[in-house]
Amino acid sequence: MSALLEVSGVSVSFDGFKAINNLSFHIGMAEMRAIIGPNGAGKTTFMDIITGKTRPDEGRVIWGERSVSLLAMSEAKIAQAGVSRKFQRPTVFEDQTVFDNLLLALKNERSPIAALFYRRSKPDDNRVRDVAEKIGLADSLARKSGELSHGQKQWLEIGMLLAQDPLLLLVDEPAAGMTPEEREHTTNILVEAAKTRAVIVVEHDMEFVRRLNCKVTVLHAGSVLAEGSLDHVTKNQDVIDVYLGR
Amino acid sequence: MRIILAALTAIILFAQATAAQQQPVQDLLQTHRALIEKSSRRTIAPAINALSNSGLPQAQTVLQSWQAKEMWQRKSDGLFFHTVKDARGQTLLLDFDSGAEAGTFDPKTMKRLKPNSGVRAMIATSLVRFQLSDPDPVQRRAALTSVQRNPDAAHLAPLQASLAGETDPDILTLKLHLTRLLTVTFDRDEAKRIEAIGQLSGATSLDVRAALNPLVATRRIVGPKSETAGMNLARSLRPGSEDLSVEDAYTMMVTAELAPQRVTDAGKYTALLTNIDAGRAGGVPLTQLSSQDARDQAYDALVAAGLAAESVGEAEIAAAVAGYSFVDVYQDPSPAVTAAATKALDAIGLKVGLYRFVDLTLDAMSLGSILFLAAIGLAITFGVMGVINMAHAEFIMMGAYTGYIVQQYITNYTVSIIVALPLAFAVTFAAGVAMERLVIRWLYNRPLETLLATFGISIALQQIAKNIFGTQARPLTSPAWLDGAWVLNDVVSISYIRIAIFVLAMIFLAVYLFIMKRTRFGLETRAVTQNPKMAASMGINPARVNMLTFGLGSGIAGIAGVAIGLFAKVTSELGNDYIVQSFMTVVVGGVGNIWGTLAGATMIGFFQKGVEWLNPGNTLAAQTFMIVFIIIFIQFKPRGIVALKGRAAGD
Amino acid sequence: MQRSFFYRNPSVLVFLACLAVFTLVVTTLSEGAGVGLISTSMIKTLGKTLCLSLVAVAMDLVWGYCGILSLGHFAFFGLGGYMIGMWLMYERTRDVVFASLANVEIPPTDQEIVAAIGNKIFGVVGSSDFPLIWAFSHSLPLQLMLVVLVPGLLALIFGWLAFRSRVTGVYLSILTQAMTLALALYLFQNDSGLRGNNGLSGLQNLPGAEAIPQSVVSLWFLWASALALGLGYLLAAWVVSGKFGSVIRAIRDDEARVRFLGYSVESYKLFVFVLTAAIAGIAGALYYPQAGIINPAEVTPIASIYLAVWVAIGGRGRLYGAAIGAAFVSLASTWFTGGQVPSVFLGFYTIDWVDWWQVLLGLSFVLVTLFAPKGLGGLIDLFLGVVRPNRHGADLGPGKGSLQEREATK
Repeated sequence: MSALLEVSGVSVSFDGFKAINNLSFHIGMAEMRAIIGPNGAGKTTFMDIITGKTRPDEGRVIWGERSVSLLAMSEAKIAQAGVSRKFQRPTVFEDQTVFDNLLLALKNERSPIAALFYRRSKPDDNRVRDVAEKIGLADSLARKSGELSHGQKQWLEIGMLLAQDPLLLLVDEPAAGMTPEEREHTTNILVEAAKTRAVIVVEHDMEFVRRLNCKVTVLHAGSVLAEGSLDHVTKNQDVIDVYLGR
Repeated sequence: MRIILAALTAIILFAQATAAQQQPVQDLLQTHRALIEKSSRRTIAPAINALSNSGLPQAQTVLQSWQAKEMWQRKSDGLFFHTVKDARGQTLLLDFDSGAEAGTFDPKTMKRLKPNSGVRAMIATSLVRFQLSDPDPVQRRAALTSVQRNPDAAHLAPLQASLAGETDPDILTLKLHLTRLLTVTFDRDEAKRIEAIGQLSGATSLDVRAALNPLVATRRIVGPKSETAGMNLARSLRPGSEDLSVEDAYTMMVTAELAPQRVTDAGKYTALLTNIDAGRAGGVPLTQLSSQDARDQAYDALVAAGLAAESVGEAEIAAAVAGYSFVDVYQDPSPAVTAAATKALDAIGLKVGLYRFVDLTLDAMSLGSILFLAAIGLAITFGVMGVINMAHAEFIMMGAYTGYIVQQYITNYTVSIIVALPLAFAVTFAAGVAMERLVIRWLYNRPLETLLATFGISIALQQIAKNIFGTQARPLTSPAWLDGAWVLNDVVSISYIRIAIFVLAMIFLAVYLFIMKRTRFGLETRAVTQNPKMAASMGINPARVNMLTFGLGSGIAGIAGVAIGLFAKVTSELGNDYIVQSFMTVVVGGVGNIWGTLAGATMIGFFQKGVEWLNPGNTLAAQTFMIVFIIIFIQFKPRGIVALKGRAAGD
Repeated sequence: MQRSFFYRNPSVLVFLACLAVFTLVVTTLSEGAGVGLISTSMIKTLGKTLCLSLVAVAMDLVWGYCGILSLGHFAFFGLGGYMIGMWLMYERTRDVVFASLANVEIPPTDQEIVAAIGNKIFGVVGSSDFPLIWAFSHSLPLQLMLVVLVPGLLALIFGWLAFRSRVTGVYLSILTQAMTLALALYLFQNDSGLRGNNGLSGLQNLPGAEAIPQSVVSLWFLWASALALGLGYLLAAWVVSGKFGSVIRAIRDDEARVRFLGYSVESYKLFVFVLTAAIAGIAGALYYPQAGIINPAEVTPIASIYLAVWVAIGGRGRLYGAAIGAAFVSLASTWFTGGQVPSVFLGFYTIDWVDWWQVLLGLSFVLVTLFAPKGLGGLIDLFLGVVRPNRHGADLGPGKGSLQEREATK
């Protein structure tokens, strides 16, 4: 299986505190991966590094078939290369309709001039409708996204990720604040997405991770503590010590 | 000469010894009677010199009374006397030689000698030699001051003579210094002058530079090559070079009457205008004379017709200029002296440059401390609450006006300032708290709207101040002990008021650090800054902390207002001059750290003074450059000099 | 597409219609067109107000839509005025010089003419040479291009530097304020080449149109200003209506999120910044010939802050709000400070509005910010009965956007 993303030997520190310490990680083209770890394990910083928000002090981040380094690229360029990210808190553009939100995310030319002269077309409309269908918001396209419930906003954001048609989805705590039914739906969306692309899910909720039924990476103190199936890592003594045992 | 003098002295001593009734001073005066009576600046010199060189002990009295217009001449016999007033206010007539009373004083029989100011000045000069050796040190100092103010070749010899008898070490130093200065300027002996120049070369005072500069001053002259060869040349100039254009060279020749006047374009124009003939000038129709070439042609035609003077052409000018040499000549004829002076001035220049740098540093620190004072309140509210207070300038203004009002009631300036500082703090603290309660707390998390709302308050406050106090500047007078300046030497000086402001800024830094690091309020403030919700859940009331923080920031602005009002004009726009710089200070310094504000203020102070130094007299340009510099600086340090890093910095 | 544009944005048609009606009514009532109910100076005031509305629309685009609170847009406005002022002043002075040299028997050379013009223009700052920046002042087309290019270029350089280093929010506001202050201080210098604090004057006289009375010239400018406002409004409405508008509103609301969607936020901001600077330049170029004089005081930071005030009072985030706000506040200012408003007697004190207008303005601005963030535009919502559902409650979690109070209690 060829690797889509390969992170090797990455370290970053804030004011002397090592948030990420010699971390190595790789994920394949169509793979689901869950990352768990206690607070302060470096999960968010890890995502920040991949998406270009934080520059590591050392290490390499290699991307895609052509093996380009993500470190020299801006956030926008990385996103255009096919990495899309959902934040821990739902950040949709509440002032705009669900349709506009999805259209904004839809894979298209991103330059200001292109946006200025953009004209809506049938295929684009259909793509938006497809995504809305997947996330269960097909009936809410004309609503302002600020009016949506918390769970719906989470879905909308996942939908925006899907609309970008990325190669890699980074999803930070997608199930936070959701009802059990909503979680079920979220799981389905993610599992479906992972059939065609790589998905990395950061989650605290073990139940949710179990339902994803995928390989798990445990982060601790900025580096990988264990990797494998959920059952495998939950039996690991180190993991029990630092995380589950508490 | 000496023999004659000795003989004279001997004769006088002999005369005095033998005949007590002799009157040497009166005799001397009678000898020069005609000159003294005429009392003209041009002719009086021999009389004054004779008196001052006579060696007579009474000569000083004569000169002083003459100068003070207290010398009288009896009409009957032409004898000179002087008058003094006794204890009862009676005017007594005294004889110069004996000092005894010479009969009653009757203005009708006497004629007062009224030397004009020119003569009095000459008398004063000749008196200096007596004063230089006067037993009273005050008199000696006064004499030296007079020499310093009005250096004269005649002072040199008496000054040198008085050195030996000087007992006061300070006065001796001054005398030596003056002797050197006078030697440099007036001595005829080249070696002595060079020696004196060498002794002066370490001094940076203005009088030394004033004495040395004329030695190396040059004037530009033109002359035949043979004439300039023997002169003390600074350099010779080639016409057509950067320093001397051919045009200027020719103009010099014209001024020196070595060459005929050129006909300028304007001159040609006038000539053409006076020679208009039937719509033509010089045979060319007037309508075609709209270019210089056409005018030249027409003028040449006029010359050919004999109607105008021949113009000097370029080639002729070049030839004329080539025949002469153009040189810069030192005013002083001696090359050795000018060389020594140049060397000494170079040494002095280096030292002066060094002192200038020190002075500039002091200036920059002073500006920095003013900015720091103005910005610290802003930095507190911005750093802790993320609120930009556009009305900060008006709080500074309120502080200054508070000081002004206090001075209306307390006339002792020292007391009034001591009262005004805490009062200004109280007034602006209250205003700040009121503003926070009424407006700002409703706008947290909307920084841009806070900025605009506080701007609304700002324009309202400014206009209210205008309505109350009018537009003219109000005085806020500093106490007398803050007047004047601390003068290190002629280059380095700093006014006490600026030192006081610097000290005030340092006190604020200390107080702020104390409050933040050592008090409960400081702890709570830091907690609220970092995480308001967590702080709230631990029993801290963020609303109260915010209110007090805002009050503190505003209060400090008030005190800054009093300080700034002491040296700037108190108007309703007082704060405006500092507000943008204060914003810059906060932005450059970085948010949420007092050291950043200090660093920002220092950096802006130094930069602005540095640019002013490079481009003196243009404060506007300095400020323009400073702002451009800050915009560029932000490129490299977007979060300021002292920036929070990592997660604490937020998204 | 055009039809659907107006269909989707009915307010644009309403605004343009109102503008056209306003211009027609004012024209028929003007001195220049015969009826004479509105004085020429009033026509000029109205024309200037239209220019201010135009720059307010630009400000709304950059602040209300893109979220950049620029406190420097009057710098661009002023620069536009300076650019057109240079041509007006040069041409007018040239005419004066020609007239004064007409009776001279020997015609002047070209250098003499230039020297005479230079002397007349720069004599007041003790100079007579033309600075380099006046190189194009003889040509109207070139100078008209500079009206757009100079503000645009300044905005491009400044914006590129500022956005590249990710300066946002209050920082950016202060930086733009610094920019306009730097420009003002530069222009205040006598050797800036633009006559220091004397500024450029006599701009109300159109070269070559001396014979035409000001009452007519003022109408021309009114029409030109109305046309510019109409076109500017249309352009702004078009820019914000499509996907571009969607992107810049998204940038306003969450810049980082837009970046992670793959948009180059900096180029969008820069585009808007430069576009609005150019619009401001055009507005200024129409404003100052009506005002007659421009000096560096016009570009001091306070002017730009007032611009923000107008937009805020009018209601930002909607173009007609900005235009109405600018018109309303600037006309009210003229009215109050003109001394025509009767004073209020309180018994112990008389409120003279010339002195107290600023206070009233400042306080009402605070009130608008506190209680009516939608500004005057909010009144129109009220009128049309538009109620926007609001789901925002107090945050329950640590960060913005976390689960909110109202949702939790549902």
